[in-house]
Amino acid sequence: MTYVADVVALTRKDLRVELRARDTLPAMLLFVLSTLVVFHFALPEGTGDDAAYGLLWVAIVFTALLGLARAWVPEHEHGVLDGLVLAPSDRSAIWLGKTLATLAFLVAAQVVALPAFVLFFAPLDLTALAGVLLADIGICSVGSLMAAMAAAGRSREVLLPLLVLPLAIPLIVGGVGAAISPEGARYLLLLALYDAVFSVLSWASFEYVVTE
Amino acid sequence: MIRARNLEKRYGRRRVLAGVDLAVPAGGFAVVTGPNGSGKTTLLRVLAGLAAPTRGELEVNADRGELGYLAHEPLVYRELTAVENLDLFGRLYRVPERRERIGMLLERFGLWGARNERVSTYSRGMTQRLALSRALLHDPALILLDEPYSALDEAGADLLDRELDALAGSRTLVVATHDPQRLAALTTATIALA
Repeated sequence: MTYVADVVALTRKDLRVELRARDTLPAMLLFVLSTLVVFHFALPEGTGDDAAYGLLWVAIVFTALLGLARAWVPEHEHGVLDGLVLAPSDRSAIWLGKTLATLAFLVAAQVVALPAFVLFFAPLDLTALAGVLLADIGICSVGSLMAAMAAAGRSREVLLPLLVLPLAIPLIVGGVGAAISPEGARYLLLLALYDAVFSVLSWASFEYVVTE
Repeated sequence: MIRARNLEKRYGRRRVLAGVDLAVPAGGFAVVTGPNGSGKTTLLRVLAGLAAPTRGELEVNADRGELGYLAHEPLVYRELTAVENLDLFGRLYRVPERRERIGMLLERFGLWGARNERVSTYSRGMTQRLALSRALLHDPALILLDEPYSALDEAGADLLDRELDALAGSRTLVVATHDPQRLAALTTATIALA
């Protein structure tokens, strides 16, 4: 129960900080919407839905990267991460709180972006939506860990995509597969497996990322 | 409570700490002095467990929850208020009767009137007072303070003098400072870094 209370307190803190600073979510919303608008005009007439689903995943992944790049900034301003690391609570709670907050921002951006995608491009069925949600979980859990690693260095903006994008490839494959394949359920299973394995790995290894 | 022998810390090829020996018993008050770049902050980070020594032996008989650490940076969120910051850390440190303790510290450090204002609106001195409140929030047994007088005005410095005077003897303190004379009456050991 104490662990859950710590995670809740840390997530709530992130949401509160974002609500006041408005650094991350507006940037994510603006980016994902403008990307979809650009794709709408860039995609030639008569291009199939499959290409559009691919472009949706380009927009989702880079929007997530934008959120992840800012995820640990409040902790690095004023050195707050040291304060959190020194607290006697389980350090993985810091990662989980950050993952849940980043997930909330990404889902909030998609609440606007997905209807825009349907309006501009193609319909999304339940399997495709489940694929988006499962991929969100995966990219936020792995991405929060990688963003914590990247944030410690000076070239955060360069390092983060290098760390996250290779790990996001199975998520893109699963997400696109769930949207276009007649066997979408198999891709959902792939995404769920990815989430389970990489979430546990990220949860277990966070302590080693934030301590020397 | 703290025993270190031949402590060394390197960042790459650069040696930041070399051959540091220290012994601070429970209830001791150690002052760390030395010029800029002599490794005072690094020593405190090593003692706090935030950095691992490259070489040497270190024994600190205090759990994370018994450690109070004041760093160069205030370790508080700029977009949260003083109360929200202390409440978050109070939860993570399992501070009993958290609200009462937070209220008492804010009152004692002269921040009660500004308790619901965001830290980003605070002056440097107010932020330092909040950082001190955060470091002492859980009534730690071992207190590590890195330049605690920095940014404090005369009233704030006098307040800190009184706090340290009250804590000396009952808590173990290690204080890095450029002004060891100010703490001379309380000091039981001096660690001079070159």
